Amino acid sequence: MERPRIAIWKFASCDGCQLALLDCEDDLLALAGVIRIAHFPEASSRTEEGPYDISFVEGSITTEEDVRRIQEIRAASAVLVAIGACATAGGIQALRNTMDLGDLSAAVYPEPGWLDVLATSTPIADHVTVDAELRGCPVSKVQLVEFIAATLAGRTPDLPDVSQCVECKRAGSICVMVAAGIPCLGPVTRAGCGNLCPRIGRGCYGCFGPVTGANCAALTAQLRGLGLDEAAIGALYRSFNAGAAAFATEAKADV
Amino acid sequence: MSERTITVKVLARVEGEGALHIRMRGDDVEIAEFRIFEPPRFFEGLMRGRQASEAPDITSRICGICPVAYISSASQAVEQAYGIEISPEIAALRRLMYCGEWIQSHVLHAAMLHAPDFLGLHDIIAMSEVEPDLVRQALRLKKLGNSLMEVVGGRAVHPVNTRVGGFFKAPPVAEIAALIPELLWGIDAARELALRFSAFEFPPDAGAYTFVALVHPEVYPIETGRIASSTGLDIPVEAFHEHFLEEQVERSTALHGRMRDGRAYLVGPLARYALNRERLTPSARETAEACGLGAVERNPFRSILVRMVEVQYACEEALRLARAYVPPDPPAVTAPVREGTGQGCTEAPRGLCHHRYQIDADGRILDATIVPPTSQNQPQIEADLLRVVRQSRDLDDAALQWRCEQTIRNYDPCISCATHFLTLTVDRD
Repeated sequence: MERPRIAIWKFASCDGCQLALLDCEDDLLALAGVIRIAHFPEASSRTEEGPYDISFVEGSITTEEDVRRIQEIRAASAVLVAIGACATAGGIQALRNTMDLGDLSAAVYPEPGWLDVLATSTPIADHVTVDAELRGCPVSKVQLVEFIAATLAGRTPDLPDVSQCVECKRAGSICVMVAAGIPCLGPVTRAGCGNLCPRIGRGCYGCFGPVTGANCAALTAQLRGLGLDEAAIGALYRSFNAGAAAFATEAKADV
Repeated sequence: MSERTITVKVLARVEGEGALHIRMRGDDVEIAEFRIFEPPRFFEGLMRGRQASEAPDITSRICGICPVAYISSASQAVEQAYGIEISPEIAALRRLMYCGEWIQSHVLHAAMLHAPDFLGLHDIIAMSEVEPDLVRQALRLKKLGNSLMEVVGGRAVHPVNTRVGGFFKAPPVAEIAALIPELLWGIDAARELALRFSAFEFPPDAGAYTFVALVHPEVYPIETGRIASSTGLDIPVEAFHEHFLEEQVERSTALHGRMRDGRAYLVGPLARYALNRERLTPSARETAEACGLGAVERNPFRSILVRMVEVQYACEEALRLARAYVPPDPPAVTAPVREGTGQGCTEAPRGLCHHRYQIDADGRILDATIVPPTSQNQPQIEADLLRVVRQSRDLDDAALQWRCEQTIRNYDPCISCATHFLTLTVDRD
């Protein structure tokens, strides 16, 4: 069987999600034996023309050129997978969607007029049809390998759509919010990181974005009960997945 | 007169998006530009109004390859503003985690992105077909770096266990001790890779660099020190902006760093090595000598060797810290918020990473200024390009393009950090 041809694409991002692929040290050479990396500029100076069997897209859409380029990538890809918080929710840079671009540019650049960017940072699915999304800031390399393995085997990838609370219970982590009064986004955040924060006594800060059916209003009431003011509650929702609908709506309701 | 143009629209094997443009008329090199077109993400603007305690986590998202550099510099800056003195145990644990970042980032660049240039190959997968043992060794070494970050920081990309003042939880002694056998292996593996890479054929070159790096009287600088230069500058971290500035150029979304007198300068492995060679361990220094590195290395193509010497040092330093590990108790030092300005500076794998925050009485960020290594190096990268093109003008276009790309990759440029990376155009008339 012909090895499926994989492409990796980058838009506005930190490169951390595509790094997750290179971080598969134990599996990298095995992976290279079953897939063909046709386009991965960060790792290889050899690139092949499309069409591609699977395109993994990192980063958010922030320029007119991005809007054009993602259409081309979609047209060249049988399956398009958005990876990470930037590609699935606009990333931390989506904070600008509720700010004035002129003020922001002037805060960073002496000549903001030389920049050619959109006023918003938006996820890939706002522009083209996305076949699958891998969440996280960064994505979990376990999920990345699982997605590739499942696709090769022709089965549905096993990607959790339960809350971080479920992951805590399965791991036996003590609830930081109930036991220690630490603000935690776990009840509304999708599992998948590996239960990283609660198990070290830190509240979940939402790297994996909202879980399906997230009841943010109930969590907000709980956070108020812990004594958080509106600004602190808004800031919790407004981080790496600020552009995800459930978080954006709740942040607006509170700030 | 004939015009010759070389354009690389998307430079490969670098972190982020950049381009290269060279135009020659006859023997004159008219343009040698390294353009960064990665769209800006406006971090400094986005952070205004956020709590200063959020700065480490938010700025870590500037770069997935060197998040610990951002976490550490931002934490130091906020700690300074709040008058927090971290304990020696917290400082040691931070340095241990930072060693992990040096190992994974340097091995990623040296073995996976840079080494293929010297072998005439496109990537590590192709390398694994001709040098399988070398590739396996490099991947294992990189994994060691990631393991250090995971054990101390809780996650290799964007660690979660770090906070202003220290850590959420001190790693158990047993988990740190479990790293020791692999660190012992890593010291030898780094040395072997350094020696292997020293057999590469390096284009002859020498830059007239002004080196800038942290210096420290006792240890090779990673997360602490004063800022020094090869021209005699020796200043505290707080004086950075009095001596260095960033300017905007129209073709690039990365600001370009210069010294206040207008000179370009160089940060990163060559600079650290030139200013701190005596602080390396004797065995890392011995590896440097065995690789043919002198007291100062001015050939940027040989920076790959300095990186591997630094990997060996980082493994040795991590071993020392792991053996001496005492869990910090408490794991973090806290203090009430207060109005003020704080600055922090550490040695990211690619060079100085400087943060400054102005904070109000409620702990909110009023103003943030972040100076990453690649924007500081950008004027020097273009100066290197110009020099290399002049020395290599007899090469045909394909060879010249390869040489130019290599010149940029010498820097391990992190365009995501600079905001930003590479398209090469060579125009020859």
